[in-house]
Amino acid sequence: MPKVIPVADELSKPFWDSVNQKQLVLQNCTACKKLQYPPQSACQVCGSAVSLEWKEVAGKGHIATYIVIEDGRLNRRMPDQPYNLALITLDEDPTVNFYSNLPGTPPYEVPVGAAVEATFEEVGPEQLIHEWRVIG
Amino acid sequence: MTTQDQYQWRRDKDGLGVWEHRGKVAVAGFGHSPVDRRWDGVSMDQTVGAYSILACQKAMEDAGVTPDQVDGIICCDSHIAGPSGGAASRWAPRPYFDPPYDSELGLTLVNGEWLAKQLNLPNVKFAPTGVPTIGEMVGMASQAVGDGRCNTCLVIYPCGNLEGRYRRGGENSEDYARGARQWTVPWGNHGGNDFINIFPHNQYCLKYGGKHDDLAPFVINQQRNGLMTPWGFNANHGIDQITVEDYVSSRYILNPLRIWDCDRPVNASTAYLFTTAERAQDLKQPPVYVLNHSQHNFRQRSTQADLEVIEDWTDHAAKRMYEGAGLGPSDVDIFNPYDGYSVMSQFFLEAFQWHGVKRGDALAFYAGDIRVEGPHPFSSSGGNLGNGRVRSAMYTDSIEQLRGTAGRRQVQVRAETALAAFTTPSNGGWIMLSKHPS
Repeated sequence: MPKVIPVADELSKPFWDSVNQKQLVLQNCTACKKLQYPPQSACQVCGSAVSLEWKEVAGKGHIATYIVIEDGRLNRRMPDQPYNLALITLDEDPTVNFYSNLPGTPPYEVPVGAAVEATFEEVGPEQLIHEWRVIG
Repeated sequence: MTTQDQYQWRRDKDGLGVWEHRGKVAVAGFGHSPVDRRWDGVSMDQTVGAYSILACQKAMEDAGVTPDQVDGIICCDSHIAGPSGGAASRWAPRPYFDPPYDSELGLTLVNGEWLAKQLNLPNVKFAPTGVPTIGEMVGMASQAVGDGRCNTCLVIYPCGNLEGRYRRGGENSEDYARGARQWTVPWGNHGGNDFINIFPHNQYCLKYGGKHDDLAPFVINQQRNGLMTPWGFNANHGIDQITVEDYVSSRYILNPLRIWDCDRPVNASTAYLFTTAERAQDLKQPPVYVLNHSQHNFRQRSTQADLEVIEDWTDHAAKRMYEGAGLGPSDVDIFNPYDGYSVMSQFFLEAFQWHGVKRGDALAFYAGDIRVEGPHPFSSSGGNLGNGRVRSAMYTDSIEQLRGTAGRRQVQVRAETALAAFTTPSNGGWIMLSKHPS
């Protein structure tokens, strides 16, 4: 069963457009030099609404921790259970984190602390999402 | 009527100093409805509306207050477990009636206006709409009474539960994720305190040592306290006390989160009666004074708050509460934090440093004597894990402990101050209660 499909809004459209081009771009505050994800209307650190730009990141990270969803509530994901849900920190700024199902890593066999890299997965017609795959 | 947005009642900033109404507001009564697993959709005397009326009547009777004396009513516009149920909580088969009979008020929905009418409260002058959950409502009531917006105020927390699997349906049954859900749901996080806290809990175990199942003594003790709570779900429905073996062999929900780490959704309502300290002295029960209330609504920087963030947030919450109450950790006798999922309570325990518990100490603390008969009667209420998901056990037990009427749960140590909350690390509120006004 495919994953739930994200629906872009005005704020997130540049992000998802980039993901659909297999690029990971995050908001970057030119005032305080902080990356930001998920996108917000203003910088979460300095509050500036006019200093946010989109910046492509390298897509390298590490696995901070993980859980295995055995009895979740999402109808569309029921057939996938059990599946990993990992927390990924971005190497360029570890305060930025992402969720990942770690494609290619069997449930319960998650190497916490391992390096990962961004990958992209089709979840609906012309809609990709960003995922993370263990390197090596 | 006023909306809560029009009234600046919150104490949600650092450095506010001692609360200006410290000891001048009191809790004078409480009332619980029966606690059922679900409403059957048929029994009109068991709706969350009927139960809210009953809880209010009990609270007024407990305090010795008549309906005409009530001039404030605060009730969250609740359906399934209050506003925090979110749109995903609309899983129940509904509507029950076809238009124009499409109102569920009194069946699965309750609000202050409806309750005031049903209870024949002729003198209500403060009945805000759009009020938050109980963790903040008790603070709102305290401030409203202290500010003179009302003198005698009912606070009601209806917590409904209908047939069907918990929060299956609604947005959780959709193929698309919109709004904030676009950043979580595609990967399987449908939201909730379980997800909020399980990741930092895992990091906690990694950082400080220990394993998830070290929570077993805490969970078991919550159930033990619940079985000593006459109104609670467990005590009235033949729920057996679980053992360590039961706990460690129970099924996983979000591995390592087990079924016993999660509270049981119930259909119930609770009411409290707040008034001025001066008036409370003339009522039926010994007053339980409010020394402070505080709230927090911390903003998350990224997808998931990690352990470092959670510890920072809870440290801030503790500092705000202690500062406003003019007390410190060693002054708190009764400590009833939120436990809707067992994995979050240690963050509160350590932030507030109750009984000297510091960061990384909680699992060892749980392994000690935390029974109500012992020296460290942690969460003497049994919380939601012990009583069902009423989200009020923490407040009622605190009141009872200070009154000295907690029965088999009455702690053997000093019981002059109590700290209670329904809160997550990011959002909610705390209240400090006391046997004495200062």
